[in-house]
Amino acid sequence: MGVSTVGDELRCLIAADTDVVQARQAGRELAAELGFSAGDQTVIAAAISEIARNILMYAKRGEVRFTTVVDGTRPGLIVVAEDDGPGIRDVSRAMQDGYSTSGGLGLGLPGARRLMDEFEVVSAPGHGTRITMRKWKRSNA
Amino acid sequence: MEVPILKQGHFLIASIQSALSDADLSQLREALIARVGKFRARGVIVDVTALDVMDSFAVRTLRDIAHMARLRGAETVIVGIQPEVAFAMVQLGLTLKGIATALDLEEGLAFLDRQGHGRLENRPGHGRIDRG
Amino acid sequence: MSKKDAPPPPQDPQAGTESTQALLRELVAHLRQNRTQLREEWARRITRAQLLTAMTEEEIFAEATSVYDNYVEALETGTFEALQAYARNLSERIIPRGVETHEVVGIVLLLRDVLARSLFAKYHEDFNKLNRILDAYEPAANRIANTVAVGFVQERERIIRQQQEAIRELSTPVLQVRERLLILPIIGVIDPQRNRQLTEQLLRAIRTNRAKVVVIDITGVAAMDSNVANQLVQTVEASRLLGATVIVTGLSPEIAQTLVTIGVDLSEMATVGDLQGGIEEAERLLGYKVIPYAEATQQA
Repeated sequence: MGVSTVGDELRCLIAADTDVVQARQAGRELAAELGFSAGDQTVIAAAISEIARNILMYAKRGEVRFTTVVDGTRPGLIVVAEDDGPGIRDVSRAMQDGYSTSGGLGLGLPGARRLMDEFEVVSAPGHGTRITMRKWKRSNA
Repeated sequence: MEVPILKQGHFLIASIQSALSDADLSQLREALIARVGKFRARGVIVDVTALDVMDSFAVRTLRDIAHMARLRGAETVIVGIQPEVAFAMVQLGLTLKGIATALDLEEGLAFLDRQGHGRLENRPGHGRIDRG
Repeated sequence: MSKKDAPPPPQDPQAGTESTQALLRELVAHLRQNRTQLREEWARRITRAQLLTAMTEEEIFAEATSVYDNYVEALETGTFEALQAYARNLSERIIPRGVETHEVVGIVLLLRDVLARSLFAKYHEDFNKLNRILDAYEPAANRIANTVAVGFVQERERIIRQQQEAIRELSTPVLQVRERLLILPIIGVIDPQRNRQLTEQLLRAIRTNRAKVVVIDITGVAAMDSNVANQLVQTVEASRLLGATVIVTGLSPEIAQTLVTIGVDLSEMATVGDLQGGIEEAERLLGYKVIPYAEATQQA
């Protein structure tokens, strides 16, 4: 099983196809526990799916980590996807919205960013990639 | 996980039962394309009711299926997209433009019948079912 | 409470803290001993001040007892979690009864006064002791008043938010007028939050009602910024994914312009001038034949 808990962190190893499914399901379950709406759970799962797949496609191997936090009274989910792969040469271009024209091709980053509240990419050629995304539970949800 | 594909007259129905990995999706695509050719199917229905997430790879695969089926003379209908999944898809910017969609299997079959693809026989233009 | 001169600081700080504890203990003992009459005095004051008029005397007495005991316990333990929980619980019960913030703050302050007066009465012969007791009492009593008031206000805000949510749901109904046909009239200002809720409601309704056509009427919408316009387009697309055709009616020239600006191909979006026209178009799509009334009655 590629899922383990270290401290308050849930880790999913991404090395195979099925790990992507596992990671997004783990994320969805955590979101459900935090009380996210069904719609938001799906959104979170989709974002995880995109970035986990990127790890597999470009780095062959990596990790997705989940942490739950509380900001005042608002619960939130932090997802970190990290790998030691080739890294992204031009991060700003990778973040550009190419979705409407190519309809689903590309790195999946712009899409995932649209879905989450906060989104950060740290990457350089030869230095791997780390993506941090956060989603907060809506107060009226 | 293999997706069961049923043959109903000239139609093929693929019913996805649970979450699929990328490899499963690719396998489904191959299986459907092969069967469309083999049975000269006129219609393909992919039932995604059980999918709780549809990301870019899933959408791309469905598009490939529809495209290749059309090259072989078959119309594809995607049915059973869940409300939350549809919502996430449009936010992700994923569309199924140019591909027919319907609420469920029943609607999907009705659609294909109306298109004149005729479930049982070749009835050009006479396959219409009037919804009075 | 009367103003007093600050007492000289204790020479040994350590001894100062220790005596605070001892003083609080003495204070709590006094409050427990005189529980009955102090509580009654308090209840009298509440009635005189015409607070909690929404509640009966028995109810006031019952709540007064709980508040008093919680108050004394908070003084004794110096911890406020139990008090906080009680305050929220109490608020949840009395807010639907129409009790207002000033009443809750009022009664807690009255209790503080009643207890302070009893301290004056007890220690009036030893001014220094009285001062030291008040030193111990006042910060704790103020913190209690604060805790209860804040707890009440927070609970009130939560209930108001809930009600607003309910109102929002009611004010954007998805109507089923015919089999397989839904109408979503949008009125007023749409903010992104409401928009998201509308979309979710609509998509669920499409599924539940097995709708094949949806008419979204935006006649009542004055203006739309590009974000909301984008969301409208998304709603149309998401509806299609569920197998429903969307007809947008009531598109003003301004909104049409906004849509074009954000890159929407209006020839792709089914639009009809007004709601009536939209419904007729929808019925046509569904295969209904609309015949004149006279004809219908003749056939019957």
